[in-house]
Amino acid sequence: MSENTGISEYIGHHLTNWRVGEGFWAIHADSLAVSVILGSIFCWVFWMVARKATAGVPGGLQTFVELMVEFIDGLVKDTYPGKNPLVAPLALTIFVWVFLMNLMDLVPIDLAPETMHALGWDYFKILPTVNLNITFGLSLSVLGLIIVFSFMYKGPGGYLKEILFHPFDHWALVPFNMVLNIVELLAKPISLSLRLFGNLYAAELIFVLIAAMTLAYGVLEVFTSVGGIFLLIGQIILATIWAIFHILVVPLQAFIFMMLTIVYLSMAAEHH
Amino acid sequence: MEINATLIGQMIAFSIFVWFTMKFVWPALQKAMRARQESISDGLAAAERGRRDLEQAEGKTTEMLQEARSKANEILEQANKRSNELIEEAREAARKEGERQFAQMQAQIEQELNQVKRELRDQVVTLAITGATRVLEREVDAKAHNDLLEDLAKQL
Repeated sequence: MSENTGISEYIGHHLTNWRVGEGFWAIHADSLAVSVILGSIFCWVFWMVARKATAGVPGGLQTFVELMVEFIDGLVKDTYPGKNPLVAPLALTIFVWVFLMNLMDLVPIDLAPETMHALGWDYFKILPTVNLNITFGLSLSVLGLIIVFSFMYKGPGGYLKEILFHPFDHWALVPFNMVLNIVELLAKPISLSLRLFGNLYAAELIFVLIAAMTLAYGVLEVFTSVGGIFLLIGQIILATIWAIFHILVVPLQAFIFMMLTIVYLSMAAEHH
Repeated sequence: MEINATLIGQMIAFSIFVWFTMKFVWPALQKAMRARQESISDGLAAAERGRRDLEQAEGKTTEMLQEARSKANEILEQANKRSNELIEEAREAARKEGERQFAQMQAQIEQELNQVKRELRDQVVTLAITGATRVLEREVDAKAHNDLLEDLAKQL
């Protein structure tokens, strides 16, 4: 019984954010700080490269950055109709930023909370994308852009007409169309953010559960008892497999988020 | 999971990062990449041009070589012809010279022969006169018979 409460406490501890303030105006300082730091690292590294970018023979980092830019530029050109100076940089930012945030999933599960605990924080969740505020922050910004793009490319009248008379062009079906289009519109940010959140939340939780396998044993007991050694080996194997699997998931989720953003914006910019 | 001001913070951070990327990162990288693309395509075009120039030069070289060879042949032929002519001329000249010398020799020989004949005749005449003088013992007037003797000598 005490063992179970220990595990649930451990899991609960890992799932709790470092919160500053109360109510709606509270801030999950750990998620926001890690997210901003990672975004700043992205901007700083890319800016350093961009500032010194030469048309001559590129260095290793410049080659990597150019590879990313080329890759995303190709995707945007293939998907997005026409030219827009915002879409490609937006996609690049989303991809690299979300990738870096997801990458925090591979930081050893106890490292960040224990280090921060030693420094005086009670809770510290290093993975920002398991925070709905973070994922919704991204996807609601994308929603805002979808609406802005729709207004820009179709005009307010055109956009209103599309909401009211698409897909069924009949007066009687205006309310139905309206509900359908609004649901469709709102489904976009919700699916975007929940997909990212769900994937990373599950990943994090499995890591926590794997880490909790040997929780019942003390540090010394793990190495001295047969059961402890057995569990430790199993834990290492499972954690390795799960981590390798997430080398795939981490960029994939970043890519999906970016790609869907491009697709949604293309749909907003297209005339029906 | 509670929704709180983190959402707003994230949205602000997002817009700042996107703005930064759009303003400072993307255009500079695109510019550098496009410039490199251009320089590479320029380089390739220059290489292509160089290759074509080389081909052209090679063609010209072959042409010049052929021309030079044919000219050399021509010169050689001319030289051969000229040398043949010279040999012919020299031969002709030598022949003529030989003939001339031969003729000269003949003339000299003839002249010498004539002189010898004359001397011989004179001597014969002298001898005859001497003989006759001996025979006639001062009875013959040399002057009186000189014309006669000269006629005689001419007939010899």
